[in-house]
Amino acid sequence: MPSQHKAREPLLTRRELIVKSALTCGFAAGAGALGYLFYSDEPINRRKEKIYTFKDYAIAQSNVYPAFVVVRGKVIPQMAAAALDRLGGISRFINPGEKVLIKPNVGWDRQPEQAANTNPELVGAVVALCREARASEVWVTDASINDPYRCFARSGIEDAVNRAGGTVKYASENDFVLTDLKGQALRVWPVSRFFHDVDKVINMPVVKQHSLSRCTIAMKNWYGALGGQRNRLHQDIHTSIADLAAAIRPTFTIIDATRVLKRNGPTGGSLSDVAIENTIIAGIDEVALDSYSLGFLELDPSDIPFLEIGEKRGLGVIDWASLHYEELNI
Amino acid sequence: MNKFLTLRNIRRIYSVFFFGLFVLLLVITDFRNMKGYEVSLFLELDPLISIAAFLTSWTVYKGLALSLVIIVGTLLLGRFFCSWICPMGILNQWISHLFNKRRPVDDYRTNAYRPIFRIKYYILTLLIVLALFGSLQTGLFDPISLITRSFVISAFPALHYSGGELYIRQPVFSGGLFIAVIFITILFANRFISRFWCRVLCPLGALLGILSSRSLVRIRRDVEKCTDCQKCLRYCHGGCDPHAELRISECHACMNCIEDCPEDAIHYGLAREFSSVHRPVDVNRRRLIETALTGIVLFPMMRSVVNAQSTFQHDVIRPPGSLAEDEFLRRCIKCGECMRVCPTNVIQPALLEGGFEGLWTPVLMNKIGYCEFNCILCGQVCPTGAIMPLSLEKKIGSPPFHQPVKVGTAFYDRGRCLPWAMNTECIVCEEVCPTSPKAIWFETTEISLRNGNKKQLKLPRIEPELCVGCGICENKCPVQDRAAVRVTSIGETRSPFNRMILKN
Repeated sequence: MPSQHKAREPLLTRRELIVKSALTCGFAAGAGALGYLFYSDEPINRRKEKIYTFKDYAIAQSNVYPAFVVVRGKVIPQMAAAALDRLGGISRFINPGEKVLIKPNVGWDRQPEQAANTNPELVGAVVALCREARASEVWVTDASINDPYRCFARSGIEDAVNRAGGTVKYASENDFVLTDLKGQALRVWPVSRFFHDVDKVINMPVVKQHSLSRCTIAMKNWYGALGGQRNRLHQDIHTSIADLAAAIRPTFTIIDATRVLKRNGPTGGSLSDVAIENTIIAGIDEVALDSYSLGFLELDPSDIPFLEIGEKRGLGVIDWASLHYEELNI
Repeated sequence: MNKFLTLRNIRRIYSVFFFGLFVLLLVITDFRNMKGYEVSLFLELDPLISIAAFLTSWTVYKGLALSLVIIVGTLLLGRFFCSWICPMGILNQWISHLFNKRRPVDDYRTNAYRPIFRIKYYILTLLIVLALFGSLQTGLFDPISLITRSFVISAFPALHYSGGELYIRQPVFSGGLFIAVIFITILFANRFISRFWCRVLCPLGALLGILSSRSLVRIRRDVEKCTDCQKCLRYCHGGCDPHAELRISECHACMNCIEDCPEDAIHYGLAREFSSVHRPVDVNRRRLIETALTGIVLFPMMRSVVNAQSTFQHDVIRPPGSLAEDEFLRRCIKCGECMRVCPTNVIQPALLEGGFEGLWTPVLMNKIGYCEFNCILCGQVCPTGAIMPLSLEKKIGSPPFHQPVKVGTAFYDRGRCLPWAMNTECIVCEEVCPTSPKAIWFETTEISLRNGNKKQLKLPRIEPELCVGCGICENKCPVQDRAAVRVTSIGETRSPFNRMILKN
C-alpha cells in the first residue's frame, strides 16, 4: 500500500539547482564572514565609555574686590545680596544666558532647623540672584545620602528652589558619568552629569562637625558630586577632599553658617546640637573660606590636614587673615 | 434609552475606571504623591481580607470597614465586584478576550459551567479554617493582595527597568521572579479556561458567591420567551449557565447575556412572572468537610515548626511599628504596599526566613536599603495594621515619647571591619548613624603596624541602648558583600522577649 503521506518533492531544473546551491553557498559564506569579522581574543566586546573632565567654572581673578565677605544678620535674602554685591555683584560671576548649577548640601532627610542641610532660604535667595543675572537655567543638585526625594522635600530646598524659579535636579542612577578627577586618591570616578552640562557652578555648603574629617564645609561639599562607592573615600579622606576641591573649581562659594551643627555631625538630629550663628561667608578661595569657618566649630586649621594639602596644591590660602576681606552687619 | 448606554457598556466603563484607579493608586503610593489619598483602597474594599482578618483578631480595623460596601452590595446585587471592580478579574477578562482567537462554538464550550469551578470554595474553606485558628494565609490567594504584590514586586520594577522612570533608583526584590512567574502563569491560564483564576481558584470569588446566594437583584431568564439558542453563553464571564438554571454564585453580573439575547428574555432585576429558577452553590459536602479537616490537621503542624515565632530569627527584621510576630502573622496579608512605598527598597518579601507562614511578608534587608530614620510611610499604607501607623515623634522617640521604636540592633563583625581588622581608617557607619547622640561612637587608639610604625585609628563601637536597628550602617559599609556591621532582630520594640539587655 502506498504511504498516506504522499506529497512529493518536485525534481529540480538545472536553473533551480544553481539558484538553490548559490543561496546555500551564500549563507555558508555569510556565516564564515561573520565569524571572521567578529573573531577576537576578548570574551566580551566592551563599549568604550566616554571619560569626561571637569570644566573650569572659575572666573578671572581680580584685586578690586575683597577675597571674601562675612555677612552677619537675620534677613537671609538681604545678606546674600549684600555679600554678592561686595564681591562685585552677581553679574561679575554669571553672564546672561548661562546655565548655573548650585550645589548645596542636601545630604540628609532632616528639617532646616536641624542644620544638617544648607539653609533653604539662602539657596532660594541665590537662585533668585542667578535669575536676576538672567541665567538661562538654574539647577540645584546633590547626590544625597538619604532618599533624595525626602532630602530635598524635608530640607525645604525643593520648595525654595521652585519658588525662586530654579529646577531641582535629582541625580538618578543613570545620571552619573565617568569623569577623570586627576587626583592622587581619586582618578576616574562617576560624577553627576549635571556638572558637565552647565557653565557655572556655585558651591553652597553648610558648616558642620564631622568625626573623621573634623569639619565638613566647602571643600568636603564636593562629595555630593560623586556617585559610585564613595564610602571608600573615608579611607583616605583628606587626600580625597583635596582631590575633589582641585578637580571642581566653582565660580564662587557661599557658606551657610546661619545654623551650625556643632555635634553629632554630619547628620545631627537634635536641636541641642545646633548653634545659631546668623552668618554667611561668600568668596572664591575655598581654602580660606573653610579655614575662616573653622572658628564656628572651635577648630584650628592645623587640625585639618586637607587644608594643608589644598594650600600646597595652590588651591588657596589657609591664613585667611592675611587676605583682604570685609565684614558686614545687616 | 440611549443605544450606547447599555448595562454591558456601563459595566465596561466601570471596569476601565476601576482598573485605572487601581493602577493610579499604586503609582502614587510614594513619598511625593501619596499625600492623604486612600492608596490601599482596593485592599480595604476586599471582603476576604476584612473577614479573614476579623476571624484572626476579632477587630474590623479602620479602613477595612469599607469592605462592608462590597459585602452589603453583594448581598443585594450579587457578585458584581468580580467584573466591575476587581482589578484582577478585569485584567483576566481582558487577557482571556485578547489572547484567544476562538470560534463561537469554542466560546460556548469554554463558558459552560465545569465541576472544576468548585475548587475555589475548597480553597476558601481552608483559608477560613486556618484564619479561625489564627493563621492568616488569605494573602496567598486573595486576588487584590496577589495583584498588588505582583505589580509592586515584579511589574513596576520591570517597567522601570524598561525605561518607565517610575523610581529614582531601580528597585530590586528578593525572589521577585518567583512572584512574576506565578502572576504570568495565572494570566496565561486564560488560554485554556477563560478567567481560570476567577472561576476556578479565587477564594474571594467563592466568598462573594456565597454572599450573593440570597441576593435580591439577579440576572433572570424568562422561560416563556427563551428559545434555548444559548447565545447568552457566548460571552458569559462567570460560566454560570445563564441559558439554563442560572448558578447565581458564579454569576458576575457582567450583563453580557442581557445584550446578547435575541429574544430579550433576560433582564437584571427582581423575579417576574416567567423567571427561571436558580441553582444554589455547587459544592460537594464531603469534599468540604475533608478540606476543613485538612485545615484542622494542618494548623498544629504549621505551628510546630521553626519560625520567627517559635525561635527568634536574626534576619526576620520587621518594619518599624510592626506587631509582635504572632500578632503580625494574624494581620499581614502579604500585599506588598509597604514594599511599594518604602523609599529605600529595604522592605523585601520574605522567602522562608520566618517559616512558611511568613512567605512574602515584609522583612528588612539592609544590604539593599535601610530604614530611613524620619520615615513612617510603611505604617501609613498598611491596610490591616500589621505595621501600625506611627507618628514621627513615636518612631524616633522625641517628646512626649521616651524611647524610639527599635527594629533590631547592630553588631560589629570585627574580623571584617576595616579599622578593627585591616588597620584602615573608615567609620562611615559613625558618619551616617542617624540618632542624636549617635549610637555608633569610636575610640581613638594607637596601634602598631606590621612594619613597627604607630598609627592613630578610630575604632567604632555600638551603644545598644541608642541603636534603633535602622541598618544604614550596614547598608553604607564599604565591605559590601557581607557588611562588617550588621543588624539582627534582637532588641526589637515589638517583642518583649527578643531582648538581650536587662535594662530596656
